[in-house]
Amino acid sequence: MSSELKIKMCGLDVKVSYGKKRALHGITLNILENKVTALIGPSGCGKSTFLRCLNRMNDTIEGALVTGKILLDEEDIYDSSVDVVELRARVGMVFQKPNPFPKSVYENVAYGPRIHGLAKSRVALNEIVEQSLVKAGLFSEVKDRLHDVGTSLSGGQQQRLCIARAIAVSPEVILMDEPCSALDPIATAKIEELIDDLRRNYTIAIVTHSMQQAARVSQFTAMFHLGNLVEVGTTDTIFTSPQERRTQDYITGRFG
Amino acid sequence: MFTQHTVRSFDKELNRLSKEIAEMGTYAAHIVERSILAIMRDDQKLAKQVISDDIFLDVAERKIDEEAILIIARRQPMAVDLREIIGAIRISVDLERVGDMGKNIAKRTAVLSDVRQTAAFYHGLEDFAALALKQLNEVLDAYACRSLERIDAVREHDDEIDSMYTSLFRDLLTYMLEDPRNITVCTHLLFCAKNIERIGDHATNIAKTVHYVITGTYPALERPKDDQTYRLEIGKSRRIL
Repeated sequence: MSSELKIKMCGLDVKVSYGKKRALHGITLNILENKVTALIGPSGCGKSTFLRCLNRMNDTIEGALVTGKILLDEEDIYDSSVDVVELRARVGMVFQKPNPFPKSVYENVAYGPRIHGLAKSRVALNEIVEQSLVKAGLFSEVKDRLHDVGTSLSGGQQQRLCIARAIAVSPEVILMDEPCSALDPIATAKIEELIDDLRRNYTIAIVTHSMQQAARVSQFTAMFHLGNLVEVGTTDTIFTSPQERRTQDYITGRFG
Repeated sequence: MFTQHTVRSFDKELNRLSKEIAEMGTYAAHIVERSILAIMRDDQKLAKQVISDDIFLDVAERKIDEEAILIIARRQPMAVDLREIIGAIRISVDLERVGDMGKNIAKRTAVLSDVRQTAAFYHGLEDFAALALKQLNEVLDAYACRSLERIDAVREHDDEIDSMYTSLFRDLLTYMLEDPRNITVCTHLLFCAKNIERIGDHATNIAKTVHYVITGTYPALERPKDDQTYRLEIGKSRRIL
């Protein structure tokens, strides 16, 4: 591994319980800067749970208990001094189903920068909105429809709008939870292309059920099963010669 | 051999591919055996049969290629499945070439018939072919049971082929030195020997592919070559080995 790799986020012995049910049994995993890390595994394996720990989304789930440490640039994000709202601006999230606010395209993107006070003027805000839409590969498609309601866009456009919304607050890490599972192949291809562009400026962790997608978009892959981390390695290795039997069986379609 | 896929028809497709490689291997070995037999027995009819039978391997190679491509398109195989399929494509290419070698040997039966020599001239070739075929069959057996130990064992014998080739080469040179009238027959036999040596190389290629199919990595690169024939020259030949 090259020495240029820098650890952006790091989970150390992360355990999560929902009430009495233990969902994660102590995960230690690095998320490397400017790389795409794919989290794979059968349903219920804990990959989304781990992803949600990375920006404390589990805080919002009743009865969820997280132990262990999660570091962002070596700072523990579960430390009591951390402002969760600010954390979620630094670690943005894109969900499985596109969920634009029931507002205009423009307002969807402008909302974050506005509440975080990122724009000093109307002109600056316009600039952030436009740049975010450009980075999300959506601007040319919506530039004449900025004041149409976000939900009037196609599914793929809505998902890219959600990515633009996440980008608008200048995050460092973007978490994606099955961002393409509700999209058709063309819209999926556009998102995958976008992910590849985005990793130049952001660190990305993506949960996906599509082995092919994980193989296409990520540089590192972590395989989860029953709340444990089975194997993590370069994506090239995981999909051609995984070391663990469970990884092999899962990615070749023998269980899961 | 493996636990089954959730999609059973995928298992069937992979098993079929594997079975077709086994059949191709048996047939390729059979072609080579018969080509040597045709030379030993001066059997023109058998030689013609061998030459025309080679088409079976061409067809089989193309069929495996097409099936493999379809599986890739249909299933997007990963890990060991992907390696199995890539392995099948590669092995079929080597086996098709083995068939070509047999065909080339069979083609020389006609001219060798015109310059028939005593049996002593042919025994070296027969033994050499037997060794190469043993190597090929062992590789195919190791493929059939996906056995890494057996593959590594086969690769231990690579140099036997090289040293036997060198010694056969030297014998044929000696015959030519003894009597220029031997030159025609010995030259043709040399080409046959070269073809058999190539069969050994294909067996080695297949061994490497099987190693890759099983482990996902290739064995350490190039073993030192023991084939010394590139250094053999008339007058100095006795000093080699």
